[in-house]
Amino acid sequence: MTQATPQGSPQASPKASPLLAAIKSVFLKEFFSTFFLAFRYLLKPKPTLNYPHEKNPQSPRFRGEHALRRYPNGEERCIACKLCEAICPAQAITIEAEPRGNDGTRRTTRYDIDMTKCIYCGFCQEACPVDAIVEGPNAEFATETREELFYDKQRLLDNGDVWEREIARNLAADAPYR
Amino acid sequence: MDLLLSILLIVGKSLLLITLGLTAIAYYLLADRKIWAAVMLRKGPNVVGPWGIWQSFADMIKFMVKEPIIPDGANKGVFILAPLVTAALALSAWAVIPFSDGWAIADLNVGVLYIFAISSLGVYGIIMAGWASNSKYPFLSALRSAAQMVSYEVSIGFVIITVLLCAGSLNLNDIVKAQDTPYGILGWYWLPLFPMFVIFFISALAETNRPPFDLVEAESELVAGFMVEYSSAPYLLFMLGEYVAIITMCALLVILFCGGWLPPANIWPLTEVPGVVWFVLKLTWFFFLFAMVKAFVPRYRYDQLMRLGWKVFLPMSLVAVIVVAAVLEIAGVAAK
Amino acid sequence: MSAATVFFYLFSFVTIASAAMVISGRNPVHSVLFLILAFVSAAGLFVLAGAEFLAMLLVVVYVGAVMVLFLFVVMMLDVDFAELQKSIRRHLPLGGLIGAIVLAELVLVVGAWQVAPQAALGTPTPGNLSNTAALGQVLYTQYVYLFQAAGFVLLTAMIGAIVLTLHHRPNVKRQNISAQNARTRATAIENKQVPSRTGVPVP
Repeated sequence: MTQATPQGSPQASPKASPLLAAIKSVFLKEFFSTFFLAFRYLLKPKPTLNYPHEKNPQSPRFRGEHALRRYPNGEERCIACKLCEAICPAQAITIEAEPRGNDGTRRTTRYDIDMTKCIYCGFCQEACPVDAIVEGPNAEFATETREELFYDKQRLLDNGDVWEREIARNLAADAPYR
Repeated sequence: MDLLLSILLIVGKSLLLITLGLTAIAYYLLADRKIWAAVMLRKGPNVVGPWGIWQSFADMIKFMVKEPIIPDGANKGVFILAPLVTAALALSAWAVIPFSDGWAIADLNVGVLYIFAISSLGVYGIIMAGWASNSKYPFLSALRSAAQMVSYEVSIGFVIITVLLCAGSLNLNDIVKAQDTPYGILGWYWLPLFPMFVIFFISALAETNRPPFDLVEAESELVAGFMVEYSSAPYLLFMLGEYVAIITMCALLVILFCGGWLPPANIWPLTEVPGVVWFVLKLTWFFFLFAMVKAFVPRYRYDQLMRLGWKVFLPMSLVAVIVVAAVLEIAGVAAK
Repeated sequence: MSAATVFFYLFSFVTIASAAMVISGRNPVHSVLFLILAFVSAAGLFVLAGAEFLAMLLVVVYVGAVMVLFLFVVMMLDVDFAELQKSIRRHLPLGGLIGAIVLAELVLVVGAWQVAPQAALGTPTPGNLSNTAALGQVLYTQYVYLFQAAGFVLLTAMIGAIVLTLHHRPNVKRQNISAQNARTRATAIENKQVPSRTGVPVP
């Protein structure tokens, strides 16, 4: 089976004695060594997380469910610049804008994200000049119908209200690296 | 009146055994999954009840309330019969297993042959399932499985013969009693017949379609082998039959090679423990081995499987029959 | 009526009924399955007669091995029922005639059958022996030559089957498992110093 190499270096391996090999195979040497190996693994602590009850630590950069943020005084941050809509590679964002009635500032009248199209790349968050659209830490927003995943502005603002503390903390934690 | 009473007694004993046995199977099944998971550094089923102790029962309820699907082209009678045959045969083998001295439903004179016959019938459940499904994959799988079981039965038969030569009886009770020597654990047949013990263990794995010989239902390659078309209660019966057969093989290993209900040493505190406890402990140990083997062996290829059965185990066990008989004859301890 | 009688009639009925189903069944696989049932209930009859060793042998050998192969063959066959029916009609007169002759002979033989008076007196096994031991004692003493001859016949048949079916194909790659298992790290792996920008020639 062994082939001489072109350099002519002979195989320096000690020929395994057939008798020894036979004894090893009759007395199941490898079986027993594997058994003890498996037994050690049997007793090892298990890395499994009991998911809904236990969770992995999450990076501040985690890109989960989208949210629209507000300023501390309650004014929505989004100024309808449509940069997010422009950069979205999946074209999941649809924005319509006009001046708001009471003060004439530019605001969105419609801000929809089709979560079934979204690829969670985080470009919208990067593009936003006012940190309005962000991807929050929430990854557990599965729904039973497709329609529930077509988020509108109200839904996104509500998300922002619910997750504001975590989002602000994550943004602060990630700020030194930007 | 006598007839009625004796029939009632037999039925009662059988019901008791089946109830206890099936409850035990539920936990052996859970243990199997837990051990398998633990070696893979997983936790295994742990949601239904504390540590998942109700998992098997939850599975059973799920299987029972699901809709049984019978394929259009299937041969209905045989299709339904196959899982029934498998489960009933597997359970009926337990009629002769002695849990302690004389604790068997039927203390048959030819107990070993009975179990051997029952386990050789087990192949019919598989063939019938494969054929009645009227689908090529179950059919091919059934053929492979049948060939595998028939092959390994041959070497199991010869291994049993070596034990019978030593014990001088076909009665399982007497076989255990023949191992009752002053040497305790060293007097059981596993030591003098060690190669046969190994062959029996490996053949038992093959006979019950356990890894590394589970290529009939290889989870990662085939969907479920001959059980592809089965669902719900019939599938449950197949799984039940499979696990009962595994426990039967473990019981045979205990009886033939590990002294049945005998304590490992004839010293005081050990002899006070009831025999059935020793039996169940040994049974559990062998089941643990089965479960561990499932966790750490890679699967055989079909030709390697056949080679092992026919070219290694059969000649080895044949030679062993001759050697054991000669040794017994020369040593003059041949059974009367 | 004792339990044994009840079971005797049960097993007898099942044996005969399933034997009838074997020849009347339309599906050959069903026929084979009924044949298996007939064998198993015949084994039950053996047990009732006190011949449990024979019963188990019947199950192990016939049901466990022979019928499995039988079932294989029947399942593989693609039986054309229309063709079969046609040929049955064609061969019916001749087959019927042979059947009638055999039946007549059977009736004559069985009708003239005299049960030996000592046969009903008891089982031929000595009282202190199980029938397995008793069978072994006659089989290996009185009938040892016949027993060996039967063994040789089977051996010849087996060798014949192998000779007829074994073809040695040249140029087939075969696995040498013991050689594979004997490989160690030392025989399988060779470390080489690779000079820069030259590589190692592949042997």
